[in-house]
Amino acid sequence: MFRDAALVAGKDLRIEWRSRVTTNQVAPFAVLVLILFAFALDPDRGVLQRATAGLFWIAILFSALLAVQRAFALEAADGNRDGLRLSGLRPAGIFLGKAGAVALELAALEVLLGIGVVVLYNTTWSGWLLLITTSMVATIGLAAAGTLYGVLAAGLRVRETLLPLLLLPVVAPVLLGATQAFEAALDQSASNGWSWVVLLSSFAVIYVAFGILAFGSLLEES
Amino acid sequence: MEPVAKDQVVHFSAAVSLLGRFPALAGIDLDVERGEVVLVQGPNGAGKTTLLRACAGLIPVVSGEATVLGCDLTQAADRTAVRRRVGLLGHASGLYDDLTVTDNVHFWARSCGATRAEADAALATLGLDGRLAGVVVAKLSAGQRRRTSIAALVARRSELWLLDEPHAGLDQTGRDVIDRLIRSAASAGATVIVASHEVDRAGAIADRTVTIAGGTVVTEPPGPAAPDVLASPRADMRTERRQNDEGVEPQQDVLHVS
Repeated sequence: MFRDAALVAGKDLRIEWRSRVTTNQVAPFAVLVLILFAFALDPDRGVLQRATAGLFWIAILFSALLAVQRAFALEAADGNRDGLRLSGLRPAGIFLGKAGAVALELAALEVLLGIGVVVLYNTTWSGWLLLITTSMVATIGLAAAGTLYGVLAAGLRVRETLLPLLLLPVVAPVLLGATQAFEAALDQSASNGWSWVVLLSSFAVIYVAFGILAFGSLLEES
Repeated sequence: MEPVAKDQVVHFSAAVSLLGRFPALAGIDLDVERGEVVLVQGPNGAGKTTLLRACAGLIPVVSGEATVLGCDLTQAADRTAVRRRVGLLGHASGLYDDLTVTDNVHFWARSCGATRAEADAALATLGLDGRLAGVVVAKLSAGQRRRTSIAALVARRSELWLLDEPHAGLDQTGRDVIDRLIRSAASAGATVIVASHEVDRAGAIADRTVTIAGGTVVTEPPGPAAPDVLASPRADMRTERRQNDEGVEPQQDVLHVS
């Protein structure tokens, strides 16, 4: 299973590296979202600083939608989904590989946006352990849920518009938990943030487990 | 269900497959033995592609008997099991546009357990080991894409090859290569089912020809000469039976098969 996951993740990341969609489209989009928030709230810079955590995770959430759509657009093209079904790859391995590739892309975006909020919102990061742990578990949860709903929508003609409708309500706990944990870290009251990390970890575990079990059936039906 | 003969790779008896609610395979009968090369011909919409996809386990058989490589295609678990043992060359290329020729063939080869060396050998067989190896698929011509798909298929070393219009888009050299590959695969013990409109070309490498129309086998002659078959009493009888069953116009089967 892990060999299959590495193969699929390697393939997806190689495609992203060659096509530059993440670097040339998704990343600029995420930065643009931050800039637009800055324009909207600029008159009161205090609001921007107070809302940094929420704005950061909303930008990540929107970027995750693009990354997941991209990950399954690759498979929808030119019979590639049939290729995956005919391959000897285990569905759980395909799920972990695709989710892993999305997670790595999101992690890179988080670093970029982390620098972005320092520059644009004048934010000073603190509570690094909590920040990094929160980012890791929230990213895993987002990638796992995104991959699961991505394959669900992949076979539909209206997938581009349906995916946000399906995914955004489901990942609301990630937005809530990650924002709260980040705020706790920025307020230097890390002890308040770890309970949110537990919530995020539970979300990630549930969606990773569900994805491993259900991805095969969803790939068949898509 | 009748016991399947030991060397029988494909056994379909009154098999029905639905595309939505449309019976794309409407009670098809077909037996193919190990090492055979069978040409499946018929008009557009006859069910050739559906037959190949059903054999690959991609489309469920909802009634009748359907066994491929000992796997019962009416069962979901068996359909999944048969997939890794067959190779399907469909209309779509099954390639990632942003990956190079080598990356694509390596990925699909490794996904079914083949080694990099086997993938490289397949690339060399199709003449893709030179200048084209590092070219991204999006920049290839249709024929070059087809050759890349065939290389990925060859690397799989499948027991059953399912080829849908394998000559389409290939130049003369490419066509000769695919013919050699089919003969070589069959002599090595693989079974090959070719769906093609190019009856002369594909018929020359086939052991026999099966004509299908309306999702059923219209005739199954002993040789590749399809036109003679259409004049056979058996073909007339089957065509007449289908007319009675489905109320189709008398000339429908005959006119479309060429």
